[in-house]
Amino acid sequence: MKIIILGAGQVGSSLAQNLASEANDITVVDTEDLGLAQLQDRLDIRTVIGRASHPHVLRRAGAEDADMVIAVTNSDETNMVACQVAWTLFRTPTKIARVREAEYLNHPELFGGDALPIDVRISPEQLVTEYVQRLIEHPGALQVLDFAGGKVQLVAVKAYYGGPLVGHELSTLKQHMPGVETRVAAIFRRGQPIIPEGTTVIEADDEVFFIAARGDIRAVMGEMRRLDRANKRVVIAGGGNIGRRLAGALEDRYQVKLIDHNRRRSSELAEELGRSIVLLGDAADEELLLEENIDHTDVFCALTNDDEANILSAMLAKRLGARKVMALINRASYVDLVESGEIDIAISPQQATIGSLLAHVRRGDVVVVHSLRRGAAEAIEAVAHGDPRSSKVVGRQVGELKLPPGTTIGAMVRNDRVLIAHHDTVIESGDHVILFLVDKRNIPEVERMFQVPVTFL
Amino acid sequence: MQLATILRILGLLIAIFSTAQLPPLVVGLVDGEGARPFLVAFGVTLVAGFLLWLPARRARAELRTRDGFMVVVLFWTVLSAFAALPLLLAERPRLDVAGAVFEAISGLTTTGATVITGLDTLPRSILFYRQQLQWMGGMGIIVLAVAILPMLGVGGMQLYRAELPGPMKDTKLTPRITETAKALWYIYLSLTVACALAYWAAGMSGFDAVAHSFSTVAIGGFSTHDASMGYFNSPAIEFVAVAFMFLAGINFALHFTAWRGRTVLNYFRDPEFRAYAAIMVGVSTITVAYLYASGTYPHPFNALHHGLFQAVSIGTTTGFTTTAYAAWPSFLPVLLIFVSFVGASGGSTGGGMKVIRFLLLVVQGMRELKQLVHPNAQLPVKLGGRRVSPQVVGAVWGFFAAYVASFTIIMLALMATGLDQVTAFSAVAATMNNLGPGLGEVGPHYAVVSDTGKWILAFAMLLGRLEIFSLLVLFTPWFWRR
Repeated sequence: MKIIILGAGQVGSSLAQNLASEANDITVVDTEDLGLAQLQDRLDIRTVIGRASHPHVLRRAGAEDADMVIAVTNSDETNMVACQVAWTLFRTPTKIARVREAEYLNHPELFGGDALPIDVRISPEQLVTEYVQRLIEHPGALQVLDFAGGKVQLVAVKAYYGGPLVGHELSTLKQHMPGVETRVAAIFRRGQPIIPEGTTVIEADDEVFFIAARGDIRAVMGEMRRLDRANKRVVIAGGGNIGRRLAGALEDRYQVKLIDHNRRRSSELAEELGRSIVLLGDAADEELLLEENIDHTDVFCALTNDDEANILSAMLAKRLGARKVMALINRASYVDLVESGEIDIAISPQQATIGSLLAHVRRGDVVVVHSLRRGAAEAIEAVAHGDPRSSKVVGRQVGELKLPPGTTIGAMVRNDRVLIAHHDTVIESGDHVILFLVDKRNIPEVERMFQVPVTFL
Repeated sequence: MQLATILRILGLLIAIFSTAQLPPLVVGLVDGEGARPFLVAFGVTLVAGFLLWLPARRARAELRTRDGFMVVVLFWTVLSAFAALPLLLAERPRLDVAGAVFEAISGLTTTGATVITGLDTLPRSILFYRQQLQWMGGMGIIVLAVAILPMLGVGGMQLYRAELPGPMKDTKLTPRITETAKALWYIYLSLTVACALAYWAAGMSGFDAVAHSFSTVAIGGFSTHDASMGYFNSPAIEFVAVAFMFLAGINFALHFTAWRGRTVLNYFRDPEFRAYAAIMVGVSTITVAYLYASGTYPHPFNALHHGLFQAVSIGTTTGFTTTAYAAWPSFLPVLLIFVSFVGASGGSTGGGMKVIRFLLLVVQGMRELKQLVHPNAQLPVKLGGRRVSPQVVGAVWGFFAAYVASFTIIMLALMATGLDQVTAFSAVAATMNNLGPGLGEVGPHYAVVSDTGKWILAFAMLLGRLEIFSLLVLFTPWFWRR
């Protein structure tokens, strides 16, 4: 696929990195040459310097035969105009733009139809916010990912001593919880994937990925570990876009305190937010944290745009007694560094957002992609089409599918109904199938399975 | 100061005001009694206005803010003086100057305190005139509060409104002030007509229905009977009165947006309306429950209609009575007097400090408490999800302080004239809040107050009606310096 990425910021460059490894022709456009040079050094891509919305820049980037334009520059307006230019001048089939400003997002009629030709809008801040929000709603989970509009969720938990299932075979799960259907999709033991079988024994410290309907998540988690009590008091450090959105989303159900060090910003936030308490100060100020009862805080989220500040303030909060701390960390190398230490969850914004873009790059009818374990693994939701003759999946039992190694089918959603996959479940046309791939390199094979041969059309 | 222009405007106003004598004149002519004072007053007022206007008729200088204050204050004082004329001239009732002026100011400020006894025996022209004064006063207040005061920048609520988005932003509801005044006039008129029809349907005579609709929609409280609403002894009429007093106590800007947008949702989005409704419901509930529990009215329905009526009537600062509520267990009358300090919504015909100011004071007080617990927190004063600027909050605190200070001084002055403490307290509260009936000696009427006392109370009524600052500013030296 020929893809043009406009903007070499954090989202743009990590996107380039992810896509370049998947045999795509990538061109990155940016106004600054420094970032581009660094990218080109590392990756096998083309770079163009110039303003992303200018027609001649787009032409130089190969817009004339590009399959997709992904506009992720800093400016909403540039992104929107670039999509308009790409469509009007070059008839680029797929146009994806990052639009952050709620003023625009609140009017969906601005996009598509005879208005702005943007096929997909992504808002990274929104995605990260939702990601953190799900983590707060499910205390104890390392990751919570939505499929089929949230009907099915994939949850990663660390197994602890004391969980009823720990030390037992997976097949006993059914006896433990007769009414609850779930499927363990993968287990990572000391960083190495294990393909779960009925006889696999869960050990303490295993990272277990399981799939279940939304309502069953809590029950299943209780099998792996002692359940944490529900979160109530949340402290957010950093009143940027993510911190602000998160506070707004949580404040009706949780006691939210938001710390920001910028006087003007914090007074704006205080005006905008309703029940949250906005504190002016440094998130790494011990006295401020103690004054605001950090030792009785359930979750501390460090969400500034400074990795180091996030790590340090989260560590401090943990030391002062916060029950669970999370830190937003952009640099991949830091993520590995901190997760073994005091910080409970490192949130990688790239990983949280890249999935929504990957879904559009994938061949076959792939609706949702979630990138896992720093991009090594992937969970996807694909729609099965066709009939038993044309399709490799429709009309077949899950057990008889020739899935690549390390791939499991976790669940299916058929007409809004959640079906947890068993060996004898038959896939029908129109089913949303949720697959877990331990190794991302097998993606093309899975794509091929869900692609419908041209003859079918 | 543009003295000539002010005189021209004042002359015009007085000349126009002379027509206010015509409807009672007609009533007098129809009844065949009590027409003469109005004929004389009409002539005198018209000529006086003309004489003021004549020398200054060519003055057309631009009015400044200062002149605005002057006009507003003169409007109420001079018109009150002329309004007192027919009352002074009439043979029944026999009033001295203090009494007539008191009655006229009480009418025009929609207070509803009266020095006249034996209303039921007076000529209908006089009765109609009193009701009509309140109605005109009510209209003046609406225009004053919604259209004029914002231009002068007086009072916290106007500033606050200007900063609100959406329907509330329209401090000036239409771009031109004359259009705004016209729109408000229609709303006021339709409320009055609806009220009169409802009274009539509930069993009042035509004359009483019109007369009481005037004083209900104006949140005045004058009645054509000594026993006020109690004369009719009809729960149906009381419920009609409660409904229209409640409606008239809402900011007229809200009525306007509701009428223009054909929706009632805007009421519930407005924090002031929500607070106003909550206060009315809360106070009514307490009153009714207490009346029943204390055994004042053994029958629940009696407790309900008396309690509800009195709570809304005093709470909105109307001042109608169905019964001698001052004789209720003393908790209730004092509670109701205190509620009248909060009063009706800003931009309504009601009096008191206005719900919006009270609300801001409460919100600000809570903010201070919260700040003590979270010293580092940023805690803006917010109303309806919007920040209220510190200047506005400061202005409201200033208003509150001035209100309390004026209240104290006037009350002391009144006690110096020989009134007892309960009477003085309730008389000042009832006049400054433009409520009407007080407690103690001034429960039924104010005839017992000395002339000095009447003058003081008349001043208190003006002070309350002109939102303190616009009147007090005239007493500052800076105002008169060139």
